[in-house]
Amino acid sequence: MTEARYDRAPGDRPSREMQASAPSPLFVYTTGLFLAVLLTATSFWAANTSLLWPGGVALGLAVLAIAQMGVHLVFFLHITTGPESTNNVLALAFGVLIVFVVVAGSMWIMADMSQNMLMPSPAPMSMQMQH
Amino acid sequence: MNLLGKLDWSAIPLNQPIVMGATAFMVLIVVAILGFITMKGAWLYLWREWLTSVDHKRIGVMYCVLALVMLLRGFSDAIMMRAQQAVAAGGAQGYLPPEHFDQIFSAHGTIMIFFMAMPFVVGVMNFAVPLQLGVRDVAFPTLNSVSFWLTASGALLINVSLAVGEFSKAGWWGYPPLSELQFSPGVGVDYYLWSLQISGLGTLLAGINFVTTILKLRAPGMSYMRMPVFCWTALATNLLIVAAFPVLTAVLAMLLLDRYLGFHFFTNDAGGNQMLYANLFWVWGHPEVYILVLPAFGIFSEVIATFSGKPLFGYRSMVAATMTICILSFLVWLHHFFTMGASANVNGFFGVMSMIIALPTGVKIFNWLFTMYGGRVRFSVPVLWSIGFMVTFVIGGMTGVLQAVPPADFQLHNSVFLIAHFHNVIIGGVVFGLMAGYNYWFPKAFGFALDERWGKAAFWCWFVGFYLAFMPLYLLGLMGMTRRMQHYADLSWQPWLLVAMAGTVIILGGIACQIIQLVVSIRARDKLRVTADPWNGRTLEWATTSPPPAWNFAVQPRVSGRDALWSSKQRALATKEEAPPARVYEPIEMPKNSATGFVTAFFAVVIGFAMIWHIWWMAGLGVFGAFVTLLAFAFRRRSEIEVPAEQIARFDRAHQAGAAA
Amino acid sequence: MNISVAIDAVPQDALPSASEAGPAPKRVVVAYGFWIFLLSDIIMFAALFASYAVLVHSTAGGPTGAQLFNQKTVAIETACLLVSSYACGLMSLAINSRRYLRTYLGALITFALGAAFLTLEIREFANMIAIGATPERSAFLSAFFTLVGCHGLHVTLGLVWLAVMMVQVAVMGFDATVQRRLLCFSLFWHALDIVWVGLFTVVYLMGVSP
Repeated sequence: MTEARYDRAPGDRPSREMQASAPSPLFVYTTGLFLAVLLTATSFWAANTSLLWPGGVALGLAVLAIAQMGVHLVFFLHITTGPESTNNVLALAFGVLIVFVVVAGSMWIMADMSQNMLMPSPAPMSMQMQH
Repeated sequence: MNLLGKLDWSAIPLNQPIVMGATAFMVLIVVAILGFITMKGAWLYLWREWLTSVDHKRIGVMYCVLALVMLLRGFSDAIMMRAQQAVAAGGAQGYLPPEHFDQIFSAHGTIMIFFMAMPFVVGVMNFAVPLQLGVRDVAFPTLNSVSFWLTASGALLINVSLAVGEFSKAGWWGYPPLSELQFSPGVGVDYYLWSLQISGLGTLLAGINFVTTILKLRAPGMSYMRMPVFCWTALATNLLIVAAFPVLTAVLAMLLLDRYLGFHFFTNDAGGNQMLYANLFWVWGHPEVYILVLPAFGIFSEVIATFSGKPLFGYRSMVAATMTICILSFLVWLHHFFTMGASANVNGFFGVMSMIIALPTGVKIFNWLFTMYGGRVRFSVPVLWSIGFMVTFVIGGMTGVLQAVPPADFQLHNSVFLIAHFHNVIIGGVVFGLMAGYNYWFPKAFGFALDERWGKAAFWCWFVGFYLAFMPLYLLGLMGMTRRMQHYADLSWQPWLLVAMAGTVIILGGIACQIIQLVVSIRARDKLRVTADPWNGRTLEWATTSPPPAWNFAVQPRVSGRDALWSSKQRALATKEEAPPARVYEPIEMPKNSATGFVTAFFAVVIGFAMIWHIWWMAGLGVFGAFVTLLAFAFRRRSEIEVPAEQIARFDRAHQAGAAA
Repeated sequence: MNISVAIDAVPQDALPSASEAGPAPKRVVVAYGFWIFLLSDIIMFAALFASYAVLVHSTAGGPTGAQLFNQKTVAIETACLLVSSYACGLMSLAINSRRYLRTYLGALITFALGAAFLTLEIREFANMIAIGATPERSAFLSAFFTLVGCHGLHVTLGLVWLAVMMVQVAVMGFDATVQRRLLCFSLFWHALDIVWVGLFTVVYLMGVSP
C-alpha cells in the first residue's frame, strides 16, 4: 500500500520530501524579519510624511498592513499554497472573509444609520401646518 | 467592604409567591433526584461513567438530558406567558405583574435558545458524528467534556437566578440602554451576561472540536464527498459556531465593561452607540439560527433516506446548498433591525440577501421530496416528525421571506407576527428535527427502542398544538398586536389568545406523551431491545452494536463509497458470504476519563456567581482554581489507556454471535 | 445478516489523497484545531476593531487619538513584538532539533521582548489615565482601551503560557505532547503579532496621520 499523504499542520516544518529542496529555515525566518522591518518602517514613514497625498495615506497603510500580515503568514507560519496546506489556507480564507464582512458590514451599516438619522433641518411653518 | 458583595438575604424574593413556588418545586426535584441516586448507591458509578467521561456518546447523552430538562423550564415560562395573555384583556391585569412578566419572556428566550436548542443540537452531533465518520472519538475528547460542563454551568446559573436575585428584564437580546446599569441596576442582566459568556465559551470550544474532527478525523476511504449529509451539515454548523460566537463574546464583554467598569460602548452619554450593540448582536444572532437548523436539516436527510430505502436524492446539491447557506447566513443579519434607522440602500441589500438565502433551503426541500418519491416509505415516528417539519417549516420560511421585504417588515417588526414566524421555523425546523433525531438514534444509544405509540401521540399533540398556538399569532400580528405585552386593551384579540393558550396546553400534552414514552420504554426495555441495525440504516453508526462499545468499532472501518454501510450490505448480499473472515484485533488507545471538565465547570460557576454579586475575592479564587485545574491537566502523565486486543475480541465475538441473522 | 462481513469486505485500495487517508496524525489534528481557535480569536478581534472603527470619533469633547498617541513608543513596541516573533521562530527551530539550551535561550528572548512590549503598553495606559483620558471618559477611549487592552491581555496570557511550557520542557523533555503544545504556542505568538500589525496601523498610524 502506498504511503498515505497527510495534510501539513499549520505552522509546521515542511515534510521530509520538501525539506531537501526548501531553503534553510533560518534563512526563511530572517528574510521574513527583514521584510517585516522594511514594511513596518515604510508604514511609519507613510503616516508621518507630507510627501504623499493625504487621501491615499490610509489606503497605503492598509495595503502595507496586509503585506506585513502576508509576510508573517508565509515566512513565520509557513502557509503555502501546496496541496498539503489546502485545509489551512481554506480555513484562513474563511476567517478573512468573516473578518471582512463583520468589519466592513458594521462600518457601512453604522455610518449609514448615522447619516440617515441626522436631525432634519426645521421645515417652514406653512408646511408644518398642513395636516 | 462587604465580604459578600451585593449578596444578602433580601436576594431571595420571599415576597413573590409564584417565584418562591417555582423555586420550591425546582429544589424539590433536585433533592428527589439526588436522593434517588443516593438510594441506588450510584454516586461512584455516576462519577466514573458519566461525570468524568470523555466519551462523545456519553457527553452527547448528557447534553440531550440537559436540553430536555431545560425544555421543561423554558416551556413553563411559555405556558405562564400564554396564560397571562389569555386573561389580561381589556382592563384586566392578569396574575403576573410586569416586572415578573418581563423576566419570564427574557428567561424563556434565553433558555430555549441557549440551554435547550443549542445543547440538544450539540448533543446529537456529539453522539452521531464520530460514529458516522467511522472513528473512535472527537479530536479533543477532554475539551469536549469541558465544553459540556461549561454549558451546564451556564444553565445552573440561570436556574439559580430564580431563587437568588432576579433575572434580566431586557429580553433575550439584552438591548441597551435598558440593559445598562442606569436602567437595570439589579443583578438580572449580570446573570444573563455571565451565564451566556460561560456557556458561549463551551460552545465555541465544541465548534473548534467538531470542525477539526470532521476535517481531520474520518475513516480511511471517506473522502469529503462520501461523508453522510449529517456530517456536512455538522461541519457547516460548527464553522458557523467558530465564526459567530466570538462576536457574541465580544459584544457581551463590551456590555459587561459598561456595567462593571463604567465604559461607554452603549450608554446614553459620552458617545455611546446603542445601535452598535444591535448590529454586533445580530451579526452573531443570525448565524445562530442557522447553527440551530442546519443539524436538523442533516437529521432529516438521514431519516428520510433511511426510511425511504433510497439514497438521498441530489447529494451534491445538498452539500452545495448546505455550504451556501453557511456563507449566506453571514450576509443577512440586518433583517433583524430593518426598522432601526438604516437607509433604503442598506435595507434593500439585506432584504435581497434574505430572500436569496431561502433558495438553498428550497433546494433541500425538493431533494427530500424526491428522495421519498419512488421509495417505500415506512411511516415511523422519525418520518412523521420529518413530514411535519416539511409542511410547517415551509410555511414559516415563507413568512420569513415575506418579512424580508423591508416595507412589509416595517409593518410587522416586533409584532406577534414575527413571534409566530420564528417559532414556526424553530419549532417546525429545529425542535421537530431534534425529536426525529432523538427517536432515530435513541435505540443506538441505549440498546432498546422508544415506544412507537406514545411517540406518534407525542408527534400529533405537538403538531396540532403548534398550529393552534401560533397560527392565531399571525392574525394578531396583522391586527396590530405587539410582542411582549403584559396586558392589552383590545378585547377582539382575546379569543385568538385563548386559542393560542389551548394550543399550548396541547403541546404540553405532547411533552407529557414524550415523558410517558420514555418511562414506558425504559420499563419495557427488554421487550424493545434492538440489534445493531434496527432501521436498516445506510451509515456507519448502524455497523456497530447498540449501544456501541467505548471504542465504537472493533476494527477501523474502511469506506469505498457514499452510504458506506448500505453499499457494504448490498455487496455482502450479492456475494452471499456465509462466515465472516477472521478479524485481526489490535489494542486500541482510548482517551482517559478526566475530572477536568467537571472541576472547570465548578470554578466557572464560582466565578460567574461571584462576579454577578460583586464578591471579588471569590471571583479571584475561582480564576486561580481554574488556572490550577488547567495546570493539573497540562502536567498529567498519562492521557490515554490502552484497551487490550483480547477485550475487544471478546466483546466483538459475543455481539457478532447475537447479531448474526 | 452479519454486519461485520459488510464492513470488512471493503476493497483495500491504495489511499492516494489526504482526504481518504483516514484519521490524521495527532500533530496535524492538534495544530489544526488550534489554527481554528486562532481564527475564532481573530474574529473576536474583528468585532472589537469594528466597534473601534464606529466609535473612533465619539470623543464626547474629550481627548482624541491624535492628541494622545506617542508614535515613538508605538514604534518601539512594534519592534519588540516583531523581534519577539523572530525569536519565537528560532525557538521553534531549536525545539524541532531537540536542543535544550537554544530552546531556553529562544524562550527567554521571546519572553523578555514580550514583557518589554507589555511594560511600555502599561506605561502608556497609565500615562493616559493620569491625564484624565480614562476609558470612562468617552466611547472612543472605551473602545481604544478594550481593543488594545484585549491584545495586551492575550500577550500576558501568552507569556504565562510560555513560562509554563518551559517548566514542561524541563520536567517532561521534548515529549510529543510538549512539542505539539509548543507548536501551538508559536502559532499563537505569531498570530498576536499579526493582530498587532492591524492594531498599530489602524489605531495609531491612521489615528495620527493628517
